[in-house]
Parts: sequence; structure tokens; C-alpha cells
Amino acid sequence: MMEIVIGLEVHAQLLTRSKMFCGCATTFGAPPNSQTCPVCQGMPGSLPVLNRRAVEFGIKTALAFDCRVNTACRFARKHYYYPDMPKNFQISQYEEPLAEDGSLDIEVEGASRTIRIQRLHLEEDVGKLLHEGTLETAQASLVDFNRSGVPLMETVSRPDLRSPEEAAAYLRAFRAVLVYLGVCDGNMEEGSLRCDANVSLRPRGSTELGTKVEIKNLNSFKNVKLALEFEVRRQAEALETGERVAQETRLWDAERGYTRSMRSKEFAHDYRYFPEPDLIPLAIDRAWVDEIRAGLPELPRARRRRFVTEYGLPPYDADVLTQARALAEYHEQATAALRRAAPSLTLGQAAKSTSNWIMSELLRVLPADDEAAVREAKITPSRLAGLLKLVEDGTISGRIAKDVFQKMFASGEDAQTIVAREGLTQVSDESALAAVVDQVIARNPRALEDFRKGKTAAAKAFFGDVMKATQGKANPAIVQRLLEEKLSKI
Amino acid sequence: MITREAVLHVARLARLELSESELERMRAQLDAILTYIDRLKELDVTDVEPTSHAVPRVNVMRDDVVVPCLPQDEALRNAPDRVGEFFRVPRIIED
Amino acid sequence: MTEQPIHELTEAYRRTATTPTAVTESYLARIAELDGRIGGYLTITREQALRAAAESDARYRAGKPLGPLDGAPLVYKDVLCTRGVQTTCASRILEGFVPPYDATVVARLTAAGAVMLGKGNMDEFAMGSSTEYSAFRPTRNPWDLARVPGGSSGGPAAAVAAGLAVGGLGTDTGGSIRQPAAFCGIVGLKPTYGRVSRYGLVAFGSSLDQIGPFARDVTDAALLLGAIAGLDPCDSTSLEAPVPDYVATLSRGVKGLRLGIPDEYFIEGMDPEVERAVRAAVDVLRGLGATLEKVSLPTTRHALATYYVIAPAEASSNLARYDGVKYGLRAAGAKDLIEMSSRTRAAGFGAEVKRRIMLGTYVLSAGYYEAYYGRAQKVRTLVRRDFDTAFGRVELIVAPTTPNVAFKHGEKEDPLSMYLNDVFAVPANIAGLPAISVPCGFSAQGLPIGLQFIGKALDEPGVLRAAYAYEQATPWHARRPSLPS
Repeated sequence: MMEIVIGLEVHAQLLTRSKMFCGCATTFGAPPNSQTCPVCQGMPGSLPVLNRRAVEFGIKTALAFDCRVNTACRFARKHYYYPDMPKNFQISQYEEPLAEDGSLDIEVEGASRTIRIQRLHLEEDVGKLLHEGTLETAQASLVDFNRSGVPLMETVSRPDLRSPEEAAAYLRAFRAVLVYLGVCDGNMEEGSLRCDANVSLRPRGSTELGTKVEIKNLNSFKNVKLALEFEVRRQAEALETGERVAQETRLWDAERGYTRSMRSKEFAHDYRYFPEPDLIPLAIDRAWVDEIRAGLPELPRARRRRFVTEYGLPPYDADVLTQARALAEYHEQATAALRRAAPSLTLGQAAKSTSNWIMSELLRVLPADDEAAVREAKITPSRLAGLLKLVEDGTISGRIAKDVFQKMFASGEDAQTIVAREGLTQVSDESALAAVVDQVIARNPRALEDFRKGKTAAAKAFFGDVMKATQGKANPAIVQRLLEEKLSKI
Repeated sequence: MITREAVLHVARLARLELSESELERMRAQLDAILTYIDRLKELDVTDVEPTSHAVPRVNVMRDDVVVPCLPQDEALRNAPDRVGEFFRVPRIIED
Repeated sequence: MTEQPIHELTEAYRRTATTPTAVTESYLARIAELDGRIGGYLTITREQALRAAAESDARYRAGKPLGPLDGAPLVYKDVLCTRGVQTTCASRILEGFVPPYDATVVARLTAAGAVMLGKGNMDEFAMGSSTEYSAFRPTRNPWDLARVPGGSSGGPAAAVAAGLAVGGLGTDTGGSIRQPAAFCGIVGLKPTYGRVSRYGLVAFGSSLDQIGPFARDVTDAALLLGAIAGLDPCDSTSLEAPVPDYVATLSRGVKGLRLGIPDEYFIEGMDPEVERAVRAAVDVLRGLGATLEKVSLPTTRHALATYYVIAPAEASSNLARYDGVKYGLRAAGAKDLIEMSSRTRAAGFGAEVKRRIMLGTYVLSAGYYEAYYGRAQKVRTLVRRDFDTAFGRVELIVAPTTPNVAFKHGEKEDPLSMYLNDVFAVPANIAGLPAISVPCGFSAQGLPIGLQFIGKALDEPGVLRAAYAYEQATPWHARRPSLPS
């Protein structure tokens, strides 16, 4: 029996205003080579100067993952030749990285696992290459140095992941923390979050690692899972037929659904690391670390726990609601507003009510992880609470409320206004409803006959007719009771 | 003794194409220099901290402030092969 | 007009005895007449110089000069980036490179009103001790045109010595200001590492490089240093220490000053005339009231080897960027990027640069790091400790600048014998200490000999003051080479 061993390396672009070692802007999408200077272009005579906020974001992230932030921290030059690297070395970290030895808990199919993080360090990003065609067929390539020098944070997990699902879960959870902290926007399509995986197989029970293959170009959660599934299959097949797995780098081709060899890692790059002479080492004092720690927001894991203990929400709900910071905040604000509007509700009842509506209705029209969309939704937390209050006090039925919700989402109006304008108020007048019930029963002798014969399903038809006759505005509970009373007397 | 293979390997790492005649001359010269450098082995460096910086400063950092950058034209002015807004390079073969 | 040092020249401007434009034109005429033979310049910035001189004229006329350097015509080693002016580092690989920015030192001198006459010749990428490794032309020693001016800053040194500039800037990584100053009979100063910003200095040995002045006398060197020194936010290795007035403390004299003479700087095989001149200089200092004692710097014999690990290692890294992609030379007809870069570098770099890149790449490569680079960084600590110990007993160290006088072109073909030129200069770079070379005599053949003072970190005032005292008590600084006109 073979065991899968996966480690993930994640590169995150930090949300600083300026680059890692110079004052050029980091905004995405500017015209090529319009956001560069002698430093990030690697011109002769240029020198790097470290961005304090990048270090701050690195420390913040390290603390969120329970890493040890090193006191002595220095930069190193990593040498290799590639046209997107202006100096043909990258200023990165080698022997004294910013932080080490942290962890991240993941949940896959109800089982929780702790994945260890080996190290976290800072480095500069490289430029962008465009190929006239594909990398293989292009006769020439074009270089844009706008991205060169953007701050990158690299986090390396230990090879603790045991399946493609776990790898995807790790990446998801990792990304959520980064976005929560506000250090990275987590946009995998634009490349602000990138992931490489190291995969190998070994006999179950063995502690030695098998031959490691690096997989690159995993630009979405889905692709992480697919690529790793493919690669595991590929390696398993190779081993079964007695072939040797080559230590190499492979590229995931999402279109064709396979990984293909990029270059052999047998001849590993000799990066010739040495301490960066142009940068002074950091001596990170505890006071600074403590200050950053004090400013950390509540992280997803803690918030999820609190939603269960404080609001009494089921773990499933807590999971969905805390997957993104804006959504979690939305829930809490809506719950608080609902309690104010309907004081008779307990905290638990209000929380569950808002939770249900967020999960079933709000998330149908908004992506959960679109922080901006959630924050700017026209149906604000207090407006949602306003709608739920109307349901709570019987002004409208749940079914009508769903329609109202749609209208509120589109127009930004509050529930009261819409209900009043369209006369959607629930009919709860017993005598009025009794009359309708009588009419419906009278109109349908066949169904009555069926009911008498024991087909209780006929009652459903009566119910439906009553709702139709009242354009859905009848209070369902009252209708149900009246029907039961009347039918039982017949 | 630095070998010819070692010299070729280093030349590849350094992206330097050396001609046959250069290769042997380089090998001999490097050998002589490395022999001279070997005298460093005479010293006892146990417990000696390396000096990578002669500068008595720590934590030199700058504020996260955007500063005007080079206009696109100036950024591209020295390009040996410029195509529109880009630097162009010959095809890249993974090695 | 081209005979006066800066401090007399700008005084003459103030008295309106002459004008910046008149002097600049004199220098330009002299360059046109003589530089063909000397070869000190790679680029002459005539239009720019005259424009700057005219602006300086106006300031003096209005009675508002910018300071003691306003209108001084200077030469800058071609390793310093000058905006809009070609900067080649005397290499084919950077031929045609026009930086879009000024080095900080250039900007500071411009802000002080200095006039740039042009860019000075050098050994390619500052690697060399004779300027013979320039890809474009050799420079000739004004005292004997068959001999080298020293290197790597041979161009500016020769220019200042020959009266083709009143002063200039060079760079010193392993003696490249002091050794040419000694060979050319002028003053050359290497500041404490970090005293002067390296922003805009095309990097060679990042932890060793420093920019410093060439001048006709110590006062001028002090003026130039004062204008370029000081913290630069663009250079993380630049020091925060405030910049003192280097001129104000020059004439303190050396009475009571304790000077150390290191045993290890008088070696077998050095030119006996050099030794004689330096010992005579020591006597002069004693006569001026300094006390002299022997000190020992045992790691001197290892300092050069340390240098030849660290400097090439850093150089191999700093020169990796020259690959034909973004600037400079690009070899034509290559079928792919690797071939293009390899050919560009093969064609664009000279033999010495290739040698150092190879050496540097080797000592950093896998398996060799600890044995070479790692060890060299530790020996570096030992070199510094030696100086710390010596400075516990003396305030300055006095020694020869070089073991020899200027040699003939083509005489030192063997790289290692070329490296040995720097054996007395390199320790100050390894330890990051300030050091100056001043003329202290001539050989029987009329070739200049240099005297070196090395001080504690940031003791440029001490180094300058001792050099000044010696200079004022001797006739050497007034001598000029007789150039055939």
C-alpha cells in the first residue's frame, strides 16, 4: 500500500503600496514597463532598500500560523539566469528566514489534521514574460518588469499532506488566513497567490521520502486537486511497472489534464546563496512582534469556534459563515440588528435565522469570498434583519419573504417599503381565511371524497389552492390549522 | 588542482562561453590563484564570527511610500531590442 | 589657471581674478592637446561642462556661489552613473549604456556647483591595478608615458596629475584610488566603508567598494570628501554618522600623535627606493612631533588572499546582470537566449573580468562555499581584530601605499603578480577603514612614491590631518610632471 506525501510551497504577493526594495507602485495592470526604476530593473549601480511594511506583513502572517519569528533575519542572493530576473539573482532569504516552525489545521471530511509549516520568508517577485505563441514554439519572448520587485512571501509546508483533497484544503485555509489578515488579496487568477507542490509516494509505514516531483502552475484550488490526482496516478503507475520516478519539475496543463516534464531536477540548480551585502541584517525586537501580535484580527479558526460556542450555530453553519471575513462580519451585524428589531428572539434564534438566510439566499447571489461584493451588497445586514423581523412577527410569510429578498437585493430598498408598495402583507385574518378555506373545499368535491377515503395527500392540494387563491399571502400556519379543523369535522 | 571539467562547469554556471585556448589558459591561471588563496587554510578560524558587513547598523528599512518611477520611455531606452512597450529576447529553451 | 588647486581656484573666482568658464575652457583645451597621449578620459562632456561653468559664472557674479567647490572642473571615473552621459566601466558590454539617473555622489557635487569635464578611464569594471584592462584604451602615467598610472582608477588619477582636471572621483575596492594616487604623485583617499553612498556606483565588490576623491593636495581632498560624504537613504549600507568639517581640523598638526609602523608592510622584494622614501617620511613625522612605534598586523599576509575570495565572489554576482537583455551589448545571430547571453558575455568581458567571474563563481559554488567564502569572511574578522588591537596603542598607521613604483605597460602579464601590487592597500578595504595616499618622494628615475595613513573607522579627520601636516612640511605636492606640449 502506497502512501501519498505532499508538501506545498505558496508564494503570496503582499498588499504593500510600494515594492520590496524600491518605491515603485505595485498596482496590477499598468502599461508594461511603466512601473519600474533603476532598482527593480537591476540597472548598474542600483541598490535595494527594504520595505518595512513587507516585514510587518511577514511577521503578522508568521504569528497567525504560530510560527517562531526569528530575531536575527537576513537576506541572501539566489543566483540563476532567467530574463524575467533583472539582476540574474533574486534577493531572497536562505539561512536566517523571517519565521519558522508553525502550523495550520485543516479539515477534510470531518477529520481535522495539523499541517506543519517549515518556514516563511520574504523575497522579491520577478517580471512577466510573454511568449509569442507558447513557451515551446515562440521564436522570441517579451519582458515586462512591472512585477519585478513586488514583495513576495514564500511559505513552505512540511510534507505532511496525505491526499490531493488535503492539499486543496490546506491552500484554501491558508488563503483565507492571508485574506483575513489583509496581507494578500488571494487572487489566484491574477497571480497574487501561487502554489507549487512537491509530490512523492512511499510504502505505507515507511519514514523515508520517495523521489520528489515538483508540480508548477497550480493556479486554482480545482487545479491543485486535479493536478495532484493526476500526478499521484502517474507515479503509482510508474512504480507498479517497476519504472523509476525521475526527480524533476513538471508543469500542470489544465487544458489537457496532465503534467508534463519541464526540466530535470536531477541537476538541481546551484543557487550559490550568499548573504546579500547591500542589505543590513534585521534584528527583530520582541516589542515590535508583540505590537503586531496585539493588532491581529480574529482568525478564521477562532472565529469559527466562537460562532459555535457563542451563537450556538451548528459547525456546518459556522464553517460556511467564517470562510471569509466580510461574510462573518455580515452575519454578526445582521444578527445584532435582528435582536434589536425583534427582542423576543434569543441570540441563538436570531443567529440561526440570519445564518439560514445568508446561506440559502445571500450566497445564491453573492460569492462568499468576494469581500468587496459582500461589503457593498445593497441588502445590508440591517436590511436583512428588517426583512427577517417581518417574517418573525408574521407580517409576511417565509415564501413571500424570499421574493422580497430578491427585490431588496436588486433595488436596495428596505423590506417595509416593498411589502407596503406591493401589498404583500400576509393575510392572518382568521375569518377571511376561513371563508377561503370553505370555498376551496366546496369547489373540490373529488378531493374531499379522496380525503374521506383516507388519502391525506388531498389536504396538500387544498392547502395549495388556498395559497393560490390568496396570491400566496395567506398565513400558512393559520391555513393549515383551519384546514385541519374543518376537514376533521367533515 | 582544478580540472578542466570543473572549469567547464563553472563557465556554464557563469554563462561564459570559453574557447578551447581560453579554457586551458583559464584553468592554469585559476589554479595558480587558488593555490595562493589556499594560504587561508593556515589560520585557525574556530569560533570566529564571519564579517559580512563592516557596517554597525541594524534594521535599515524604508516606509511603504510610492515614489515616482521612470517614465516608460526612459525605462526602455537602453534596450538592445525593444518591441513596443517590451524588451524582446530570443527564444528561451529550458536547460 | 590649470595649475591651482580647488581651494585657491574658487578663491580666485570669488576675487573675480578668473571665471569658471575661462578655467573650464583652459582645461578643455589642455585635454584636447594632451589627452590623446595620456588617455585619461573615455568621454569628454564639453557642452555640459561649459553650460555648468556658465551657470557657475552667474552665481559668482551675483555674489552667491554655492560653496568652495562651485566652478571646480572635475573628472569622474566611468564607473559612476551620470544621467544622460554614457557610462561604460571601460567595458564593451556596457558600451552605449546611458543611465537615466545620477549616482548620489555626482548629484551632490553637481548641487555644490562642480563642473563635470568628463568620465575617466579605468580597468574594466574596476578590476585591475594598471588601467591596462580597459577595453577601450590604455592610460599613460604623466610622469613617464611608457608606464602605467596604476589602477583601477588610473584615468582620473592621470588626469589630475597631468593637469587635465583639478580633481576627481575614483573608487577603491582593493586599493584602486590609493595605488594610482601613489603612482601618479597625487592625493587619493578611500573613506570608511559606508561613509560615502554607493548608489549609482556600478557594483564590483559590494562589501568593499568606496568612492573617494583624487586631488592635488590634502585640502582639496578634504573639500571633495565633505561634499560627497553622508547618509543616503538610497544606500542601506551608508552610515548615519554626521559629516564633520574636514577642512577645519586639517591644521591641528601631529604633535603628540601616536603613529604605528606595521612590521608586515616592509617586505622582502619591495622596491628599496620605496622603503627608503617611506622611512624618510616617518622621520619627517617624528620631527613634527609625532611619536612612532612598531605595531604588528600579522594577518596582513592573508588579507590579499581574503580579498581575492570576497571581491571576485561579489563581482561574479554583481556582473551576472550583464546578459544582453536589458542594456549594453547584445551578441547577434544567436539561436536562443542562453546562446545569446553566453556569447554576449564572452565578447563583452575582457580576460581579467572573466577570470574574476570564474574565480568568484567557483568559490560560491556548491561544496566550496564554506571552504572559501565562508572561511574568507572569518579571516576578515581576524584582519579587523588586528587593526583593533593596533589602534589600542596608536591613533594612525603609517606605511607605504605600494611595494613598488609605476611599472611599464605590459610588464605584469601574470595575473597573480598584478594582484601583489595591492598587498598594502587591501587590508584597509577588508577592514572597512579610511586610508589616504600622499606623495612622499620620487625614485631615481623620477617616479612618484606614495605614503599611506590608515585610521580607525570614521577617523577621516585624523587621516587627513596627519597627511596635511606631512604635506605642508615637504615639497612633493608642488611638483608636476613635465609633459611634452
